[in-house]
Amino acid sequence: MRTKYFLALMIAVLLGGGMLVFANSPAGSGSITGKITYVGTPPKMKPIDMSKEPSCAKQHTTPVTTQNVVTGPGNALAWVVVYISAGDQGSSAPFQAVRYDQKGCQYIPHVLPMVAAQELQIYNDDQTSHNIHPLAKVNPEWNKSQPRGSPPIDTKWEKSEFIPVKCNIHPWMHGYFVVLKTPHYAVSGGDGSFAIKGLPAGKYTVTAWQEQYGSQNQEVTISGSESKTVNFTFKVLPY
Amino acid sequence: MDLGCLRPPEYPKVFEAAAYFIGFDSTYRDEAPKMTLKKLAVTCALGSMLLVTVGATSIRAQSHVNLADPSLGAPSVESTESHIGNLTGHATEGKKVYRRYCIGCHGPDGDGAGMNAQWIDPKPRDFTEATFKCRSTPTGTLPTDDDLYNAITRGFATTNMPPWQSLTPQQRADLIAFIKTWSPRWAKEKPGTPLSIPPETPITIKSILQGRELFQKLECWKCHGPQGHGDGPAAATLTDDKGNPIRPYDFSSGSRFMCGVTNQDLYRIFMTGLDGSPMPSFADVVKPNEAWDLVHFLRTLQPLLTQEAALWQTYRSAHGADIKPIGPEAAVGVQ
Repeated sequence: MRTKYFLALMIAVLLGGGMLVFANSPAGSGSITGKITYVGTPPKMKPIDMSKEPSCAKQHTTPVTTQNVVTGPGNALAWVVVYISAGDQGSSAPFQAVRYDQKGCQYIPHVLPMVAAQELQIYNDDQTSHNIHPLAKVNPEWNKSQPRGSPPIDTKWEKSEFIPVKCNIHPWMHGYFVVLKTPHYAVSGGDGSFAIKGLPAGKYTVTAWQEQYGSQNQEVTISGSESKTVNFTFKVLPY
Repeated sequence: MDLGCLRPPEYPKVFEAAAYFIGFDSTYRDEAPKMTLKKLAVTCALGSMLLVTVGATSIRAQSHVNLADPSLGAPSVESTESHIGNLTGHATEGKKVYRRYCIGCHGPDGDGAGMNAQWIDPKPRDFTEATFKCRSTPTGTLPTDDDLYNAITRGFATTNMPPWQSLTPQQRADLIAFIKTWSPRWAKEKPGTPLSIPPETPITIKSILQGRELFQKLECWKCHGPQGHGDGPAAATLTDDKGNPIRPYDFSSGSRFMCGVTNQDLYRIFMTGLDGSPMPSFADVVKPNEAWDLVHFLRTLQPLLTQEAALWQTYRSAHGADIKPIGPEAAVGVQ
């Protein structure tokens, strides 16, 4: 009789613990997909003259171009960060480090989103020195030298902010750290498409941000594990 | 006779009514107007209300309007203090000193946009960002009270910021306390841990040559130029954190550094970086004894009669042909 009691208790505890585990991290199976396009004539991206840094110039058979407005086939707009700006329950899951590379005197990726307080590792893969100078205004601004062969710089950003990044030695290098409150974000690719996965059911505000054309919002409601389509269109000008 | 253009102008009716009410207009009366006590009281009340409205809208120090409201973020003027040696500075007193001496350049909002700012270069410090060039603390961290005190005492060579030794130490301490009320960072963050500067290593030709290799390897010459003239390949495109053009230090000028004159000051400059400018921190990539080597080499770039310069001259006259020039040709492993 006592053994049965004990067994029942153990099962209850295990079930209860299991439920707790699931309650803490609502993984969600809804998603938001879509495409970012533009209307109007976008500016032409200019080729970059890297002759002052021969070790980088020789890595590019055709000169690389500026990246402030990168377009693709079908009026697609790339490097647009799409994220949940309201309605997000957040997540208690630990985050892996995100990586930022300086390669060929370019920042790869051009725009790097991350969650506030997530670990960021910055690598110098080039034969030249770079200095990493994130021009933060809400977070502290800092500036560190990273000669060739240095170990990666380990850092993190405590507050959400759109931080332009530059290298003073190589003035053509421009990038962004997009520090967000939410782990639910995506960056549009060369074809303008994006997908935000793992969303629990709820009512959300989705924001799309492009470095030159600013932000746009749309409301969307996810119920269950459906996938909703949200498209954004930016008006562009040739200058 | 028709006076035509000499006729007095006709004022809007409301002016006439006001003049009549106050008693200054005799158009509608037969006798001279009388200023009664009632009229005087009303005029004074209206006038002072007008003055107060005008005055209130022109005072722009918004960050100090509601001193008791913690949601505004910035430390309150009433409670902020600074501690420099035996001195305690108070922001309430510092505010008065600021409004007399600093507001012309640094502005009524502490953002470096004072009336004089449009004519000076480099621009005055924007205190609302809490980013400071001359610190003893690591890059990205707040300076100590001593750092700020030393900065205003020393002034900034090659800029319009003079040494403020005309103010008493107490006044300077009070000023520092007030400067800290411009940014909310001071309320939440502590200053960084000051850099510990080890004792200087002996000044020898070996140290100078090792420093020279470091200058080559760390690519300081990319901004400062191979002879430290501030004419490196990247020098012409350098901008500060506000996007204003800025030049790297020209060692051949022999002038004081931005943050001091001694070897210790030079050590501190490149180990903490000058935040807000293109000059980064080398603390993560240079070891302390290597840093002293670099200091000794940098002294040879200046037209000053230093021990380092003398040693370098002697070495150059003996081994001139062997010295490889600094720059891309001398870089190891780079085509």
